[in-house]
Amino acid sequence: MEVKTITPPIVQLEGVAKSYGGAVALARLDLDVRAGEFFTLLGPSGSGKTTTLRLIAGFERPDTGRILLDGADVARLPPFDRNVNTVFQDYALFPHLTLVENVAYGLRAKKMPKAQAEAEAEKALEAVKLGAYGGRKPAQLSGGQRQRVALARAMVNKPRVLLLDEPLGALDLKLRHQMQAELKRLQHETGITFIYVTHDQDEALSMSDRIAVFSEGRIEQVGTPFDLYERPATEFVADFVGTSNILGHALLRPEKVRLQPLDAPVPEGANAKPGIVRESIYLGAVTRYQVVLDDGALLAVMETNSVPLGNRLRLNAGDQVLAVWPKAAAVNIGN
Amino acid sequence: MNPAKAISSLSWRRGWVAVMSLLGLPAVWFGGLYLAAIGAMFVTSFWTVDSLSGQLIPGFSLVNFQSLLSGHVYIRIAERTIFIAAAVTITDVILAWPVAYAMVRLAGPRLRAAMMAAVMIPLWSSYLARVYAWRLILSHDGVLNWALSAIGLPNAHIGYSNWAMWIVFSYLWLPFMILPVSAAVERIPPSLLEASADLGARGLATFRRVMVPMALPGMVAGAISTFSLTLGDYVTPMLVGGRGSDFIGNVVYSNVGVTNNIPFAAAYAVLPLCVMGVFLLVARKLGAFDAL
Repeated sequence: MEVKTITPPIVQLEGVAKSYGGAVALARLDLDVRAGEFFTLLGPSGSGKTTTLRLIAGFERPDTGRILLDGADVARLPPFDRNVNTVFQDYALFPHLTLVENVAYGLRAKKMPKAQAEAEAEKALEAVKLGAYGGRKPAQLSGGQRQRVALARAMVNKPRVLLLDEPLGALDLKLRHQMQAELKRLQHETGITFIYVTHDQDEALSMSDRIAVFSEGRIEQVGTPFDLYERPATEFVADFVGTSNILGHALLRPEKVRLQPLDAPVPEGANAKPGIVRESIYLGAVTRYQVVLDDGALLAVMETNSVPLGNRLRLNAGDQVLAVWPKAAAVNIGN
Repeated sequence: MNPAKAISSLSWRRGWVAVMSLLGLPAVWFGGLYLAAIGAMFVTSFWTVDSLSGQLIPGFSLVNFQSLLSGHVYIRIAERTIFIAAAVTITDVILAWPVAYAMVRLAGPRLRAAMMAAVMIPLWSSYLARVYAWRLILSHDGVLNWALSAIGLPNAHIGYSNWAMWIVFSYLWLPFMILPVSAAVERIPPSLLEASADLGARGLATFRRVMVPMALPGMVAGAISTFSLTLGDYVTPMLVGGRGSDFIGNVVYSNVGVTNNIPFAAAYAVLPLCVMGVFLLVARKLGAFDAL
């Protein structure tokens, strides 16, 4: 029996439904987010993840259901009466205000004296490494810098929950990886609960404590990155999170399969199926293969390029191979 | 090669040919007619008139400006003109905001089209008809007093007064304020209003700290119209202003048509130009043209 500390949920959605003129955006959603968690809403566009975030922020009102923040129903409260803050996808910085004025905006709205609010704003800008830029306007910044201002502007208010709506979507890949680490660090240091919307499964897996996978206005599964990847509850989750081979009702991840010559010995307790390589794509660290098995099934395989060059078995399209995987590697979906 | 082809390849090879052929006519219009007319007026303002023969005497004399500055009547008239133009501008800003906001942010597509039509239609009808309509409303036995008596209130005596001019001008130029203000409100990204609410600002604070500063260029564009249109008008003062309500334009009109002192009229007409110049400088200082 596993012993767990039960932290009470900081955000609870109970039977929340929302439709727009007949089109159902959310169908009776239940969701618990624990205090201090990095919680991700993951799904394709139109799956309801952004609607859920906007309901928590107060930009939309649910048709039915309750939205509890620290146990109190806030579903009928306007955004300015909820202790949550949002980092917007387009950053939504005020173009006519300097960075310090932008970051101090929330504190000023809560009637903090100007000098004190601006001093706090300066500190918050320093925390995101923009201390020297306080007098500039948003138009004078790069995308990554604007992103950090948006973060400082939200976090300076010390919200109970920080809502992030695809905040890294507009950044290039390298900057995105930097910001992912930066976000994790900020979340760890402040202990603020993050609810993070993304359609990028890599981002979700690498950052989240828990993830809710959305599809067509419903939640398919809530779990840790490990749960979702290794024990997906539905075929949708198996397919959306990572690359998957579905064999009957079983899921086999590509990296769990080895390719070997037809005459090489098969390890004890392994499945082995012969096939022909249809495609081989070299990707640097790994090589991806498409193998057509003799029974007609198509198998995606990923091998790390760990064997030194020269000794490696080089496989090309048309080669005959044996696809081998441990029996336990194929897991039944929904278990 | 056919001529159409020759022209398009020429304008591709020599960019200035295309620019000149597009800008030529507007340049003649603006430079040849508008600027030249203002220049002629400016030059004429230093001329004089022979009081016996009525002949124009070209030259350089400050006598017109001297009599303008020493005549209390002319200073009073200028003050009245500028004061009412300012009052009309402020009134129209206040009236335009709720309409613009409702039209752009609250109304659905159908209501929005209907509101836009309601704003535009008066602009397509005769200026005179609209001013005369107001005469009928505001005069002593007009619609306003009739309605006031019907509900048992005392009569208002605002026909043929500065109040009447203020009301009629505010009505006449309101569309010129609503259109640029609603265009400016429409350009504010909705996410900025959400961000403001998200950061704890209530409606009024969001209006004051986000909407007004961001719509400032639109308000200034509208103010340039309402202010300059009032400044240069002389028909409305004539029709609804009554005695002692002359504008600069009325003095210019009577000096051109009745007294036949064109240099004096020109000198007085330079004043609104200078006022507009100051107005535009202040607007630029406020950052109203930064977005252009």
